[in-house]
Amino acid sequence: MSELIEAFNTFIQTPIGAIIWLVARIFAIMVPVLLGVAYLIYAERKVLAAMQLRMGPNVVGPFGLFQPFADALKLMGKETIIPSGANRFIFIAAPMLTFFLSLVSWAVIPFSDKLVLANVNVGVLYLFAVSSLAVYGIIMAGWASNSKYAFLGGLRSAAQMVSYEVSIGLVIINVLLLAGSLNLSDIVRGQTSMWYAIPLFPMFIVFFISGLAETNRAPFDLPEGESELVGGFNVEYSSMSFALFFLGEYANMILMSGMTVILFLGGWLAPFNWQCPIEFLEPLWGIFWFTSKICFMLFMFLWVRATLPRYRYDQLMRLGWKVFLPFSLIYVVGVAGYLVSTGNFPKVGV
Amino acid sequence: MSSELIQTYFPVFVFLLLAIGMSGVMIGLSFLLAKQKPDAEKLSPYECGFDPFSDARHKFDVRFYLVSILFIIFDLEIAFLFPWAVSLGAIGMFGFWSMMVFLGVLTIGFIYEWRKGALEWE
Repeated sequence: MSELIEAFNTFIQTPIGAIIWLVARIFAIMVPVLLGVAYLIYAERKVLAAMQLRMGPNVVGPFGLFQPFADALKLMGKETIIPSGANRFIFIAAPMLTFFLSLVSWAVIPFSDKLVLANVNVGVLYLFAVSSLAVYGIIMAGWASNSKYAFLGGLRSAAQMVSYEVSIGLVIINVLLLAGSLNLSDIVRGQTSMWYAIPLFPMFIVFFISGLAETNRAPFDLPEGESELVGGFNVEYSSMSFALFFLGEYANMILMSGMTVILFLGGWLAPFNWQCPIEFLEPLWGIFWFTSKICFMLFMFLWVRATLPRYRYDQLMRLGWKVFLPFSLIYVVGVAGYLVSTGNFPKVGV
Repeated sequence: MSSELIQTYFPVFVFLLLAIGMSGVMIGLSFLLAKQKPDAEKLSPYECGFDPFSDARHKFDVRFYLVSILFIIFDLEIAFLFPWAVSLGAIGMFGFWSMMVFLGVLTIGFIYEWRKGALEWE
């Protein structure tokens, strides 16, 4: 056994071994994320069904558990339609962009104390930058389709995502003031004594609601607005290009929940600093709490969708610009003023 | 220093390449597996069963443009706040008040926009 580990260690020292090991680790992140996306879609249908006293998918496999794969296979076998007036390259590039941007953010997410692919020291900035780029996928799709519904959906969506990004940015500043670091692992470690959701509770709520708007989820799903825009920016898409949009949107939901958990709910930390009761499961303890918190946040996303009606567009913009922006700005000033006046600055790396 | 940077960001770069490759493969597979049989009706843009009346890229409300300008201003502000927030402990009182002056100027601009009705959607 130890010889095997020895051989493995020497193997990953070699250049080719290092690359293979890196690719293996990347797939170890990507595949669970994609599986998570598939089962989030299933969970959404089941949760919505339960809240409306229906059964939900229950035919394919036990409890309908193979439904996501059946859907994926069906979409794979469909014809990709590129409308005659469309810009072909942009039309195909848009779903690809949405999909891979929703995946690359996971490169810097810390799953537990040691488990992170790239421990980038400006992790928050990276996440913020990549999630900002997501708007391009949608606006490209809306423009390239050359269809009126898609165009309107793309416009609405761009304005909406851009508006809520401002409040997301200001909320992140609050967390940075308390954490004193841009590194995601440091931010989580800074929450050992108290999760930031407690002192920043109003900001936690603002972040969650902005997250709903940023991922185009109900009650802010105006870009799709199936009752008025028949699907919005993705109305012209079919087959796998549609599936990539769909997967990207759900991967963004998981990512947004992951960001909420890391910034506010203590990431991989167990509540009340519980120790793992079973010795040999210790390495999984952090991952267990991280994923359970993400599942909780995702359930909130679904719950909101089942409960609330869609916003009107002017209300949506008013909420973003006239409520969240001033409120979070005042909160930044308040937190900074408290830190400066008490001298109670965060000690990074403790 | 630079080799350290490469070491941290190389996995991110490989991740990016793999993610692009994966999305490309998924789109490509659907082209290969499914039978493509386009015709003129199928390829016309969707407009509730009508033939499209005009090109979709017509005029749109100037407010969308206004929102994007406002976004640039406030996003820049946030970009300034990032390093300030992280180093507040080191720059102390002076740093705090400098940023307050900056935010004050920005707030005056924000109030002006608000009063002028740039944030209204009718």
